[in-house]
Amino acid sequence: MTRLRHYLPTIAVAVTVLLAWELLVVAFDIQQFLLPKPSAIFAEFAYQLGLWLAPDERSILFESSGATFWEAIGGFVIGCGSGVLVALITSRWTIISEATMPFAIAANSVPIIAFAPIMNNWFGITNPASKMAIVAIIVFFPTMINTVRGLTLVDARQLELMRSYAAAPSEVLLKLRIPNALPYIFSALRVASALSLIGAVVAEFFGGPRATLGVYITQEASAFDFAKAWTAIMMASIIGIAFYLAVLFLERRLMPWHVSFRVE
Amino acid sequence: MNAIEARGIHKVFNPGTDEEVVALQDIDLQVASGEFLSLVGPSGCGKSTLMRLIADLLPQSSGELRVNGKAPAQARLDRDYGMVFQHATLYDWRSVSKNVQLPLEVMGYAKAERAKRAQAMLDMVELGDFVEHYPWQLSGGMQQRVSIARALVFEPSVLLMDEPFGALDEFTRERMNLELLRIWQATGTTVVFVTHSIAEAAFLSQRIVVMTPRPGRITRLVDNPLPYPRDFHTRSDPDFHALVAQLRDLLRDAHEDQP
Ligand SMILES: Nc1ncnc2c1ncn2[C@@H]1O[C@H](COP(=O)(O)OP(=O)(O)OP(=O)(O)O)[C@@H](O)[C@H]1O
Ligand SMILES: [Mg+2]
Repeated sequence: MTRLRHYLPTIAVAVTVLLAWELLVVAFDIQQFLLPKPSAIFAEFAYQLGLWLAPDERSILFESSGATFWEAIGGFVIGCGSGVLVALITSRWTIISEATMPFAIAANSVPIIAFAPIMNNWFGITNPASKMAIVAIIVFFPTMINTVRGLTLVDARQLELMRSYAAAPSEVLLKLRIPNALPYIFSALRVASALSLIGAVVAEFFGGPRATLGVYITQEASAFDFAKAWTAIMMASIIGIAFYLAVLFLERRLMPWHVSFRVE
Repeated sequence: MNAIEARGIHKVFNPGTDEEVVALQDIDLQVASGEFLSLVGPSGCGKSTLMRLIADLLPQSSGELRVNGKAPAQARLDRDYGMVFQHATLYDWRSVSKNVQLPLEVMGYAKAERAKRAQAMLDMVELGDFVEHYPWQLSGGMQQRVSIARALVFEPSVLLMDEPFGALDEFTRERMNLELLRIWQATGTTVVFVTHSIAEAAFLSQRIVVMTPRPGRITRLVDNPLPYPRDFHTRSDPDFHALVAQLRDLLRDAHEDQP
C-alpha cells in the first residue's frame, strides 16, 4: 500500500503524458507518419506480442529485440568486465594508472560510435560481434576510469588504519580499496547500462542483420510504417529501463550500506 | 624494560617551505612497560603527531625512537600496538562486529575465534546489542566505542589512545574510564592516552605529560600519587583535587606561552 503511494505520482505523470499525447494527435489531426497515437503504438505492440506468443507465427519485432538485447548485454559484460580488470591491474602500480588515465579520459570524450562502420568491416556487418565490440569499447572507458578513481581515492585515515595493522597490499586491496570502489563502479555500471543499449541500436543504424532493432527502425521508418517504428523504439526503451533497474537492484543487493539506500 | 623510549625527537612538517611547522621539538620520554601515561596540552601541541611517530605512521625528522626495544617500523610489523584514532574511522561497508574483527582478519585469526572475541569486546564497551548494525546507524560516541573495541580485540602490548572518549557523555565516559583501568590492570598493557580533560588524565594515569605548542615541547612530567584501584571515591580525594589544580595551572601557563 505504501509502495503504491510511493509510485503513484510517477504513474500519474505517465498516464497524463500519454493522455495529452493522444488528445493532441487527435485534436490537431497530426499525420500518423509525423507522430502516431499512443493507442496505435500499443495496438501494434499487442499485435506483435500475439504473433510472438502464437506457436506457428513469427514476430520480427520480438526477434529483433532479443538480438539487440544480447548484443547490448554481451558488449556490457565484456566492456565493463575488462574495464574493472584493467583498473585493478593499473591501480596496483600507481605509475601505470597515472600514465594511462589521461588517455582513458581523452578516449572517453571520443564519439566511439563513429567507429561502428569500421567494426562492421572488421567483424562482418551481420556478425553480432561487430555491435558487441562497439558497445564494449563505449562502456569500457567510463567503467575503467571510475574504478581507478574508486580504488585510489581512499580516505587517508582508513589507509592509516590498515597500515597500523601492517596489512599486506593484497589485504588493503581486498578489504579497503575494492569496497571503497564499489559505489564508483556501480555508478559507472548504471551509465554503462544505458550506453550499451544506445550503442547497440545506433551501431545497427549503420547496418546489421534484418532482425535487430536498429535495422528494424530504419526500415520501418523509410517504409513510412511509423506505428511499427515507434513500437520498436518503445521496445528499446523498455529494454533500456529494465537493464538499468537490474543494475540498480544488484547495487542495492551488494551495497546495502551505501548512503543512497539508507532508510530511516 | 621501557615500552617506549624517545630521545631528542624532532618533527618538522613541510620543511623548507612557507608551510613549515615544527610540530615536535626535543621530545625525551620514557614510558615503562605496563605504565599508564597521559598526554595533555593545548590543541596543536603535537600530541597526535607524537602518537603517529610511535605508531610508525609518520617518520620523525630526527631523534631516536624505540617501541618495545625495537624500531617503530618493526614494532608495527610485530603488531605490538593497538591504536584508537582521534576519529573513529570505521569502514562503512562492515557491520559493527565485522569492523571489530578487521584486525583479526588481517592477522589471520580463525573465524570462530574472531566472532567470539568481537562479541566479548563489544559487550565490554556496552554495544553487545549492536553487533549487526552498520556504523551510520550509531551515534558518534557509539562509533568511538566500536573503534576502542577494535583496538583492544587483538590484545596489543601497547595501547595508543588519541582522545578516545572525547565524543562521550560524562556518565559513559566515567564508566569507560573504569573499564579501561580494569583492562589495563588485568592485562598489564602499556597505555599512552591523549586527553583534553584534566580530570580524566588525573583519574586514569600514573604519570601525566604536559605539553606546550609552537613548537610542541614537553614542559612537565607530573607524577600521580593516587593509589590504585581507583573508583568513584577517587574523585573526591583531596589529592585528586590538588593534582587537578596543579595540572590546570600548568596548562594555563602552557596556553599563555602561545604567541
Ligand atoms: N600532516 C600534517 N601536515 C602538516 N602539518 C601538520 C600535519 N599534522 C599535524 N600538523 C601540524 O602539527 C601541529 C601538531 O598537530 P597535532 O595534530 O599533533 O596536534 P594535537 O596536539 O593532536 O592537537 P589536537 O588536540 O587539536 O588534536 C599542528 O600545528 C598541525 O598544524
Ligand atoms: Mg590530536
